[in-house]
Amino acid sequence: MSATDLEIVFDRVNKSFERPGGSAFEAVRDLSFTVARGDLVAVLGKTGCGKSTMFNLLAGLIQPSAGTVRVQGRNPYRDFDWFRSKVGIVFQNDRLMPWRSALENIALGLEINKMPRAEREAIAARWLDRLGLSGHAQDYPHALSGGMRQRVSIARAFAVKPDILLADEPFSALDEVTGNALRAEFLDLVRDTGATSIFITHSIDEALQLGRRILVFRRPARLVYTAAGGNDVASAARAKIRAEILRALADEALEERETIP
Amino acid sequence: MAEAPVRPTTFRPRLRYEGWVSIAGLAIAWQVASLFFPHFLFPSLVEIARHFVAIFGAWDSVADVVETSARILAGLVGAFVFGSVLAFLMGRSESFARYVYPLLNFNQGIPALSWVVISIIWFKGIEFRIFFIMVMTMLPAFSFQILDAYRSMSKDLLEMTLSFRPSRYDLIRMLIVPTVLPGILTAWKVNLGNAARVVVVAELVGATGGIGYALLQQQQIFDMAGAIAWTLILVVFVLAVQRTITVIENWTLRYRPAAERTV
Repeated sequence: MSATDLEIVFDRVNKSFERPGGSAFEAVRDLSFTVARGDLVAVLGKTGCGKSTMFNLLAGLIQPSAGTVRVQGRNPYRDFDWFRSKVGIVFQNDRLMPWRSALENIALGLEINKMPRAEREAIAARWLDRLGLSGHAQDYPHALSGGMRQRVSIARAFAVKPDILLADEPFSALDEVTGNALRAEFLDLVRDTGATSIFITHSIDEALQLGRRILVFRRPARLVYTAAGGNDVASAARAKIRAEILRALADEALEERETIP
Repeated sequence: MAEAPVRPTTFRPRLRYEGWVSIAGLAIAWQVASLFFPHFLFPSLVEIARHFVAIFGAWDSVADVVETSARILAGLVGAFVFGSVLAFLMGRSESFARYVYPLLNFNQGIPALSWVVISIIWFKGIEFRIFFIMVMTMLPAFSFQILDAYRSMSKDLLEMTLSFRPSRYDLIRMLIVPTVLPGILTAWKVNLGNAARVVVVAELVGATGGIGYALLQQQQIFDMAGAIAWTLILVVFVLAVQRTITVIENWTLRYRPAAERTV
C-alpha cells in the first residue's frame, strides 16, 4: 500500500489530560495504525479505553500530546478549516440542535458550506426521504423518537458527502430492533458513498458485521489486535476471530486485576 | 422500522381568566376601603379613572409618559448591550472573568439610590444621568444571566457543530445565539420590573419630567388618586412590554415542548 493510498495515519500518538487535582490522565499511549482510502474499520474496546479520545483526535477537536495524526496528509487539528465538509461524524447520541427542525438539522453542514437555501433544503429533503422520515421535515427533535433522531443525525453526516466518515457507537443507545435496522441502513450508505469509515463500537458482533478490518484497543488506547471482518470472512474464521478478540479483551481484564495493589 | 414517533406538543397561549378575577378582587377591595377611609387615603375608583383619562388628555402628561417609557427602554437596551459584551468576554476568557465578576458582585450591593446621588454629582445632563443609573443598576443581572446561559452551552452540541468546521460568525449565529437566547429573554423579563422601579426613583430625585417627577408632584399636593393613576400607567407600560417579550419568547422558543414551559 503506497503512502498516497493512506487516508488516516496515527503514528505513536499519545494523549494525556490534566485532572482537576493536577495529576495527568493518560488516555492514549503510543497508538499507531493506518486506514486506507475507502476502507471500513471497526474499532473495538471496552468502555473507557480511549476510543472516543482517538476519535476526537481524528476529528481535529483535540490535539495529541505527542506523535502525529494525519488525515489525507494533513493535521486535522492545525488545518481545521481545510477539512470543512470532508469529515462527517455520527455521534453516540444524536446531538441534534433542539431549535432546528429535522430538515434544518440535516442541512446544518451544507449551510456552513454556504450552499444556497433551496439547494440545501432539497438535499436534506432527499435524505429525509431516503431514511423514511419524509413526513417529519418540519418536526423539532423533541417530537421525534430516539431512532428517528439518530437517523436524522446519520443523514446530517452523510449530507455533506464526506470523504471520511466517523461513527462513535451510533446505535448503542437504541433498542435492538431499531439498532439492527439502522446498522443495515448505515452499512448500505457507507457502501454507496465509498467514504473511508471508522466505526467505534464495544460490540464484537457489530464490529464483525460492519468492519472490513477490526482494531482492538486496550486501555490507555493502544492497538493490541487486528483482524479482517465483514461478510467475506467465512463463519469458521469469524468464530476464531471472535475468540481471539474475546481473549484480547479478557487479557486486559487480567492485566487490570494484576495492577490493583 | 415501525417506530412510533413522539407526538408533537404545541404551545397554545391562552387568556387566563384567573388574573382578571384577582385584579377585579383588588379593585373591589379598594372601592370598599374608599367607602370607609378618608378620601386622601383611599380615593374611589371613579376618581382614579378620571385622573387616568385626564393624563392622556394633556400633551404635557403624555410627554411625561413617553419620556419615562423611552428612558426605561433606553436603559434596558444599554444594560443589555454592555451586559452582553461583558458576559461574552467573561465566557471567552476565564482570566477576564476573574477580574470582572467581583466588580459586578460589588455593584450588586450598591443601592439604586446611591447611583442616583453619584450620577447627580458626576453628570450635568438629566438624560445621561438617568441612562447611567439604569445601566449601572441593571448591568449585573444582564451579565450574570447571559454568562450563565453561555456557560451552560452543551459541549456535545459545540463539538458536533465544530466537526463541520464553521466560521466564527456561523458558530455564533447557529449555536451561541440560540443557546443564550432563553437567558437573554429571561434577563429582559426580570430587568423590566427593576427598570420601572429604578427610573421612577431616578426621576423623583434627579429629573424635571417623567412619571417619577409627576409622582413627586402628586405627593406635594397630597393627591392619592393622581399618584395611583400615574402608577397604573407605569404598570400598564410594564405589562405591555412584558407581553411583547412573551410573544417574542413564544415565537423564538417555539421548538420547546409545551411541558417545559408549564413546569
